[in-house]
Parts: sequence; structure tokens; C-alpha cells
Amino acid sequence: MRNIKSNPYTYFFLLPAGAIYLIFFILPTILSFFFSMTWWTLTDWKFIGLENFKVFLSEPSMNIGFRNTIIYAIVTSGLKVILGLLLGVFLSMRLRSVGFIRSMVFFPALLSTIAVGIAFSTLMHPSQGMINTALSFIGFVGPDWLGDTKIALLSVALVDVWKGVGIATVIFIAGIMSIPQEYHEALSIDGGNAWHRFRNITLPLSRPAMNTVIILSFIGGLRTFDLIWAMTKGGPGFSTDIIASIIYKQYQAGFYGISTAGNVILFIVVAALAFPLYLYLNRKEVDL
Amino acid sequence: MNKFKKFLSLFCVTVLLVGLLAGCGGANSSSASEEEDTVTVLISNDSSRNAIEAVTDYIEEEHGIKTVFETRPGGTEGDNIMKTRLATGDMADIAFYNSGSLLQALNPAQNFVDLSKEPYMDKVLDTFKETVSDDSGAIYGIPATSVMVGAWFYNKKVYEELGLEIPKTWDDLMANNEKIKAAGKTAVIGSYKETWTSQLIVLGDNYNVLAEDPTFPEEYTANKAKLATTPGALRSFEKLQEVYDKGYMNDDFLATTYDTGTKMLAEGTGVHYPMLSQVLPLLETNYPDQLNDIGVFPQPGDSPDKNGFTAWMPHAFYLNKNGEKVETAKKWAEAFLSDEGVKRFVDATTLDGPLAVEGVDLPEDVPQAVKDMLPYFEEGNTAPALEFLSPLKGPNLEQITTEVGSGGKTAEEGAKLYDQDVEKQAKQLGLEGW
Repeated sequence: MRNIKSNPYTYFFLLPAGAIYLIFFILPTILSFFFSMTWWTLTDWKFIGLENFKVFLSEPSMNIGFRNTIIYAIVTSGLKVILGLLLGVFLSMRLRSVGFIRSMVFFPALLSTIAVGIAFSTLMHPSQGMINTALSFIGFVGPDWLGDTKIALLSVALVDVWKGVGIATVIFIAGIMSIPQEYHEALSIDGGNAWHRFRNITLPLSRPAMNTVIILSFIGGLRTFDLIWAMTKGGPGFSTDIIASIIYKQYQAGFYGISTAGNVILFIVVAALAFPLYLYLNRKEVDL
Repeated sequence: MNKFKKFLSLFCVTVLLVGLLAGCGGANSSSASEEEDTVTVLISNDSSRNAIEAVTDYIEEEHGIKTVFETRPGGTEGDNIMKTRLATGDMADIAFYNSGSLLQALNPAQNFVDLSKEPYMDKVLDTFKETVSDDSGAIYGIPATSVMVGAWFYNKKVYEELGLEIPKTWDDLMANNEKIKAAGKTAVIGSYKETWTSQLIVLGDNYNVLAEDPTFPEEYTANKAKLATTPGALRSFEKLQEVYDKGYMNDDFLATTYDTGTKMLAEGTGVHYPMLSQVLPLLETNYPDQLNDIGVFPQPGDSPDKNGFTAWMPHAFYLNKNGEKVETAKKWAEAFLSDEGVKRFVDATTLDGPLAVEGVDLPEDVPQAVKDMLPYFEEGNTAPALEFLSPLKGPNLEQITTEVGSGGKTAEEGAKLYDQDVEKQAKQLGLEGW
């Protein structure tokens, strides 16, 4: 109580930020629930109930979209956890030039996603791209990374992992560094080796970091848009469409009501998947 | 120290506030402060500007109206900007935009000035006027570019080498493709990395669709005919599928861009390129020496005596009804279509097709491909593309044609999917019968 009273700042200081949050976030969110149930041309609207949801869900690429969204979220968050953990363990050792390697790993996270997308779609060109040229030097015939409908989504997911693993690694390093030294000492007194250390100390005690990474990258994967759009635009055909790209296409076509309905659906899907996951992961956390 | 802090915070607040005010006022104050006779023109960045600028220079010299261009992206992103700026009342005085179905989606009666009473409209081709008007008889646009065709561009040198003739039927064309393939060249250039290029075989087939079924566009608009169940229209999708099934395209057609496709055509490694004639200015810029090696023929149908081009009507300038300078914009439009204005336009550019203005002599040095087209236009053997005859164009056509053209779907599945896609567009436009 004392704390609040002696606070030298009044709550009016929250007003500017609060107003911005209200006008640009809360209000549009509420409005979008309303407009998702209208036939809307930006200047004119008519209430049509749940028609937009019906149309959006019967969109021909919807099955592919849902499947791709889930696959993409699982693949990217899974790989980011595994690679991030390995890199995190490696980079929290006392190595020479560890600072340099850490920055190298983090570097892709600083780049613009669109730039990364454009660069990689050039690198992944089936006949002139650098990746396949390199592969042909060692005797492999590389696939058409973005043109083959079977692997195009995975190619994009791999680029996403390349770009996002840096952040996961940093979170893991922070988690691992915060494990008190005493545990390691106790383990070496008991005669444990490096594997024991990883299995019994690092893994369980970096759980909070791992949960953060899983949640962040899973939600990020579910609502991903920019990388897919920059690399394939949902193509070839509809084979790499995800929910967000289907929404964007509705918006581009001027179907504002339908695209708003799509956003409401995406919101519900993300919430329905992310909340249970969050609760489940939190229950498994161990206290330090 | 305290004093310094106070000063610093005051300073920061002032800077922020000033920045905020400048940000809000910027858009309006800059145009208001200039002289009266200035019009703003919103134009897409993929349009070839030199011809238009030659005319606007003339308008500034002779009529004292200065033109300030604002650019927007082309394609669907540009559609968004048009719709948003119209909806927020932020449109420029004059807008450059597509005619046909895309214009209909903008609610022209509410947004653009009716020009049907203007005397200069008499010399504008009727086929063009139909694509920029609505049921009430109002005409909203003046032609801003030339008429284009969607057809098969081909490399004449390779045709000579292999002793091929211009095909009159689809089967002849396929036979040519077979010979080209046997000679080790790419018969049909596919550049599906840019998905819009995959639509040309379907869209460029409209002359043949109409030859078989002249009332198709009206029935299609009224929801009485579907692509998938109209044999003539379905045939367009089948042609696309056949090109893929027979393996006539370059191996990496899904990763090939429009620029690369153009290069292949110019260098003769690819022999046919189903494309819009907007490819000609690009060829002229990048491969001026090869420009006249490139010819064009219409996509053939199944009967040798019905042969004609599917034409794309020009983009148009529309005058913003709710703008501040409607009168100035009207003068600008009149000057743009004046004899001298049209002359400047023709002189400044390599035309990629005939103009939608009557009584204009084209210069001698038009590209070979344009010379190939002109007889068809003179004899009336052209038909507008479907999007100029019906307000319906589904947004997913380019994805669907990519799928059909890369073997992911059959022609019939693709046509059915597109019928569903069109239904959404019809409902958004509020058409009758849907």
C-alpha cells in the first residue's frame, strides 16, 4: 500500500499510452468482430450474420491452409527449440570468441523478413540458385525448393528457422546462465559427466526458457505471413497457403467482410491452440 | 542539473508536438500552397510514363496546368490503394486505373466525373467507352494507354530456321510446338514465378470463346452460364493443361520470372510466349536489336477461318468527382485528348498497340509485332477480353491457372474452382441473380 501512495507519478501519465492502445488496438479489435458479420465495402455495410464465416471456411484452399498452418507452426517451433537448445548449451560454455559466434547466430534476426525472403528465393532457384549450384558440385541434384509443391512449405519453414533460431538461442543462453553454479559443483562432487550435467541440470532447469521459446515460436508460426508472402505468395497454386495468406488474398480482392471474418477465425484458432499449450507447459515447470 | 532536465523535457515535448502537427498537416498544406492550376495524378509505377509525361509537358506549356504525379504500386496492391484512398476521401484529382471489371469494383458513379457530354468523347472508340461506363450511360474515363493484345509472341528467326508457319488452328500450334521441342528449344515459355503470367492462355482465348458462344459474357454475368459447363470456355482451360501435359514449357517454369521469360524470347531459346503486348516496351528497353525479330499471332481456336485477337482495353484516367479541382481536371482531360496531345503521345513512345482514339496515324517505326496486329484491328477481327465484357473477375484466377498449368489440377477442376471464386466477387459487387 505504502508503495502506491508514495508513487511520485500520477496515473494520468498512463493516459497517452492508454489512449493509443485503446484507439489503435482495443477499438479495432472490437470493430473487427462487428464487421466480420457484415457485407462491407469500406464506405457501406450491411449486416449479414455469419455468412462471411461460412464463405471463408468453404474457401477451396482452406483445408490446405489449416493443415499448412499447423505443420508450419510445429516444424518451425520444434526445430527452433532443438537447434536453439543445442546452440544455447554450446554458446554458454567458456569458449574463445564466444561473443563473436553468439552475434553470428543472432545476426539473421536483425534482417528484414522480406529481404530474407527475396534473398532466399533467389538462392533456392532450381537451376541458377546458389544452393543447387553448390549441391551439383558435390554430385547432388538439388530439388526445386519452392516450385515442388511437396517441399515448398518446408523450404520456407527452414528459412524461418534460420532467421528465428538466433532469438531462441539467446533466450536459452539467458536461461542456462541463470542456473546457479552450486548445482554444477554438486554434480561434479557426485562424479557426474557432461551428459549427466545436461540431462539432470541444464535440461530441467532451463525449462522456463524452453517454454518461452515454444510459446513464442508456436504463436509466431501460426500467424506467420511475411516470409511466406515474400517467398511463394501461397503458391505454386495454393500449395503453401496458410490461414494468414488466405486472409490477405481476400483483403486484396476487396472482400473486406470476408477477410475480417478470417482474422476473427485466426484469432480464435491461435487462442484455442496457444492457451492450452501455455497452461500445459506451465504446469511442468520446475522451480529453481 | 534540474534546470537542464526541465529544459530537456520541454524541448523533447516541443519536438514531438511539432512533428505530430507536421505529420497531420503535411498532406493538405503542400498542395494548397501551390498555384491554382495544378492537378495531382495518381499513377501506377509499372506504367510506361514517358508518353504520358510528354503529353503532360505539353499541357503545362500550352494550357498552364501543371501535373504532379503521385505513384502507387500496380497489381492487387494498387487496387487496395485505390479503394482505400477513395474510401477515405484522399484521392488525387485524376486517377490512372484499369478499365473494365476492376473499374466496376470502384463504384464509379459515386467517385468519378461523368464525361459522356464532353465533345472530345466522339473520337474515342466505342469499344473502349463501353469498358469505362455503367448502365446509366455515364462514361467515366479517357484512354491513357494504347490497346493491348493477349496473344502468342514468337521468335521469327527460329520460325524461319525451322521452316514453321503461323498456326491457324490450335492443332497446328501444337504441331509447331512439337517441332520446336524436337529441335531442342523451349516451345512455350512459362514464367509462373510471377503468377499473373500464367493466366494468358485462358484470358487470351476469349476471341475463340465468343466465336463459339457470343452471348457468353452476359449469361456469365447473370449467373446463367458457368465456365466449367460451357464447352467453349472450358476449352481455354484445356488448352492450358495441354501445354503442360505435353511438356512444352521450360523445365524451371515455376521459378522463371517475367524478365527472364522476355529474355528467352528475345534470344530465341524460347520460341513462343503467351503474353500481353506490354512486353514490347520491355523488349525495346532491354533487347532493342531483337525487337523486330519478335512477331505475334492470336491464340488459335479449333477452326481455321475464325482467327482473331483478344484485346485488352487501355487503362484510363478518371476524374475524381469529390476532388477540389474538378474543373481544372476537365480542362486537363480535354487537352490530353486534343489532336496535339495525342500526337505528342504517339511521338514519345514505342506503341505496343493501336490507340483507342479514332483518326490517328501510327508512325512507320512501330515494332514488327504491332504491324502484325494492325490488320486484325482494321478488319475488326478482335474481341475484348472477358474482364471488359463482364464485371466479374475472380481474384484467385492466377493461382488456379498456375495449378492447372503445372499439372496440379485438371482443366475441369480448375474451371470449377474459378466459378466458385467468381461467385464471391459477384456477391461483393451485389450483382443481381447471385
